[in-house]
Amino acid sequence: MGFLRRLLMSDGRSTPESARSVELGTPAVVPKFEVGWSTDVGKTRDHNEDSALVITAAQDGDELRPSFGLFIVADGMGGHRAGEVASSLAARVTAHHIARRCYLPSLVARERDADQPALTEILIGAVRAANDAVSQQVPGGGTTLTCALVLGSQAYVAHVGDSRAYVLNEKGLEQITHDHSLVDRLVETGQLTRDEAAVHPQKNVLYRAVGQSRALEVDTHVRKIPHGEHLLLCSDGLWDMVNEADMADLVGGAPSLQDACEDLIAAANEAGGRDNITVILWRSPLG
Amino acid sequence: MTSSDSFETRKIEGPWLASDEPGEEQRTSPPEDPAQTRSLRQHSGSIDGRLPEGYLLQERYRILGVLAVGGMSAVYRAQDLRFSKVKRVCAVKEMVNSANDPEVRAIILRNFERETSILATLSHPGIVQIYDCFTEGNRSYVVLEYVRGRDLETVLAETNGFLSESRVVSWAIQVCEVLSYLHSHEPRPIVFRDIKPSNLMLDEYGRVRLIDFGIAKMFQSGKKGTMIGTEGYSPPEQYQGVADPRVDIYALGATMHHLLSKRDPRMEPPFSFHKRPIHETNPSVSRELVEVINRALEYDVNDRYGSAEQMQRALMSLRSAGGSAGTSPFGAPTAVLSEISPLWRFASEDEIRSTPAVHGGKVFVGAYDHNLYAVDADTGEFLWKYPTDGGIASSPCVYEGAIFVGSSDRILYSIDEDSGRIRWTCPTDGKVWSSPQAAFGHVFFGSDDRHLYAVNVQSGRMAWKFEADGKVRSSPAVGEDAVYFGCEAGIVYAVDTGGSARWRFRARRGVTSSPAFTDEMVYAGGQDRYVYALDIRSGWLAWRYRTDGPVISSPAVNGDMVFVGSADGHLYALDTGSGRLVWRHATDGQVTSSPVVYDESVYFGSVDGCVYSLDARTGDLRWRFQTDGPVTSSPTAAEGVVYIGSCDRYVYALPA
Repeated sequence: MGFLRRLLMSDGRSTPESARSVELGTPAVVPKFEVGWSTDVGKTRDHNEDSALVITAAQDGDELRPSFGLFIVADGMGGHRAGEVASSLAARVTAHHIARRCYLPSLVARERDADQPALTEILIGAVRAANDAVSQQVPGGGTTLTCALVLGSQAYVAHVGDSRAYVLNEKGLEQITHDHSLVDRLVETGQLTRDEAAVHPQKNVLYRAVGQSRALEVDTHVRKIPHGEHLLLCSDGLWDMVNEADMADLVGGAPSLQDACEDLIAAANEAGGRDNITVILWRSPLG
Repeated sequence: MTSSDSFETRKIEGPWLASDEPGEEQRTSPPEDPAQTRSLRQHSGSIDGRLPEGYLLQERYRILGVLAVGGMSAVYRAQDLRFSKVKRVCAVKEMVNSANDPEVRAIILRNFERETSILATLSHPGIVQIYDCFTEGNRSYVVLEYVRGRDLETVLAETNGFLSESRVVSWAIQVCEVLSYLHSHEPRPIVFRDIKPSNLMLDEYGRVRLIDFGIAKMFQSGKKGTMIGTEGYSPPEQYQGVADPRVDIYALGATMHHLLSKRDPRMEPPFSFHKRPIHETNPSVSRELVEVINRALEYDVNDRYGSAEQMQRALMSLRSAGGSAGTSPFGAPTAVLSEISPLWRFASEDEIRSTPAVHGGKVFVGAYDHNLYAVDADTGEFLWKYPTDGGIASSPCVYEGAIFVGSSDRILYSIDEDSGRIRWTCPTDGKVWSSPQAAFGHVFFGSDDRHLYAVNVQSGRMAWKFEADGKVRSSPAVGEDAVYFGCEAGIVYAVDTGGSARWRFRARRGVTSSPAFTDEMVYAGGQDRYVYALDIRSGWLAWRYRTDGPVISSPAVNGDMVFVGSADGHLYALDTGSGRLVWRHATDGQVTSSPVVYDESVYFGSVDGCVYSLDARTGDLRWRFQTDGPVTSSPTAAEGVVYIGSCDRYVYALPA
């Protein structure tokens, strides 16, 4: 577990506010498992309630054990610093649950079997464990949580709240997750247009968050991310400030994923930086 | 409650989260930190400086105790000392005017006085009477009739099982009555705006009374930032600032939905009632009542009842129609099914379990009478037959002018498509129940000798065989670079085109079902009752769904849904990504037949003897066709015709 702890790279309060991913035992012949990430307090807040967590692990050519990536963005809420405590705790508990039930057993498994829980069950269980931890340890706190488990080129996404996961390819950004927000439902029911939703006074109202109810419903999605396409996770501090076309352009124009993340955060700050901003960007490797 | 003109001034104020009334424990407090833009349910919200017991207000109301506390309001039980000879108890609601801007404070106060004045003029047995109102400093008070009883949220929480339909209907009729009174108020209709179980009090005489007229809402100054929780009962247009009387009709529908289904809408996505039909949790509710509630819950305000009176009439007609309430339980189909008759049928001499193959205007099907038949697809006329030495349950496949079919005589046959003459045979050491699949110049099939075979289609020469852990009755699914199949020992294999295993997944019991796959997933059913979704590249278990019977049926994937039958008698439609149930359809027999999706419908057979056609999106029955024997054969659809065999010995051609 020591190496895993080393790979838990941030809980959102670290400074400097960005870092590069650590890779584990990646031989030169294997395509690089590329990831960038960054988080920033923004222009109007005095502290960062967002948390990000990145774990990557890779080994060479074993069909049973594809390269492994775990990416989490959580956006906390609640007074008296409960927000940042909630988001950090939720991200860590989620990662711990997934590493223990999915990654560690895979290191020694010889075949898959039905005695192991399914990946989506593990993800849902992980977010529910985070929900229990936040409910017990951070009364009055809550958090969004968007978590992507990447195995090879397949992404398994679990999600609660309005932090988003996107696939980015030459056609642009495609949102995988559906915000658990009031305005999203109003748009779905045809009461609001997307443009009206963006300025609706209750656009920040969520109906689902980690730490807020006993029986938490968790959405899951499975997406293949073809070679060269990106997976992007972000908090509303990014998507609320920078439109999707600009996000796609910034990623396309950046020399590296890490630069892309920093450019995205700069763009959100230029647009006003009204909230904390967190972004994780991963590119699907060859094979 | 609000008169419609003043609603506009505060439509966006107040926390979305917290209903203002006390009585719930979870509350929103105002943000203490001005920089804080996310606020939450506080678990112990309260007003600072709650009035102590014995405190005297206006030298008239003596506080006896706290009834309830909310974020910005509290309700006390108090004694009215004006009536000195008796103990007259009333309820005193206290609200704190916490606005910083003096102008805003003044507006709030004016609104308070105007609203309470309107309310004080109301007189209806279903409305809690207002006696008095006054303001002391930054606190305003309303003195109300004290009602002994329990609110409907409490009643629901204290009910084991479900509330009876007739009670809920009777309460709803009473609420409609009160709403009619409020909505016909002159000069302007009064919209209550906050109908929900906790605002409906069941008094000691069993009457429903509307309590909490939402006056406290005006005391909540606007808050910004992300918040959690929804009111749950309000219609979409209420968030657009619309104060039409029909918002109350929606909220009454939402309240009835909650009371009957026991599913709290505050825990669900807003406006999602139609996605959570009441009978999902409470099947005893009548269809007629559900229709009334659904109409009240329409998104579009114009699709709802036009008035509370109209809804009341609909509810009352339910009661007169069927005794205490509506009568038709769910489950019984009410739609008249269109009669369908077969275009033709073709008789073999024994059961047909094999799935027909259609190619070049011919239908090919194997029968337990040992024969492979070729029949004219348009007329059902016999063309030729090829006799094997065993019963055929394997389904034929057509590839490059040849028909491939397995037989329980242990042989795989290659037969000329046109002449019905033998081309070659491939003997194995076990019965061949598995249905062959041809691709890339090879035909792949399993045998009870525990092997999967890859055989050259032209020569019949074996390219390789793969040794499995058990009999291979599952039919292989052939992908670009791998073949996926199961075995009776419960393993699902991915074998590459060279014949070596890439990954294996161990289910708890045999896998007879034939896998289906997409870019991402391999789907297979197990005799252990599960439907499995496996990562196509690694065999990781992505999700599984448990049915109540062995899953012999082979899944079919269409768009974002995977369809599969179970021996529990249902056909299931599951979400491909998450494995969540989209719908399921009950038949009267095991569903071992494999579904096929064609033109937005899903077709399959059941051991109850019927062939079914369902709407693929909704699972609604389109038609059902009765044969004279169990239908374990799977359908094949082509050019508007569905071909399927039955254990009554016939192959049927049915109009899709």
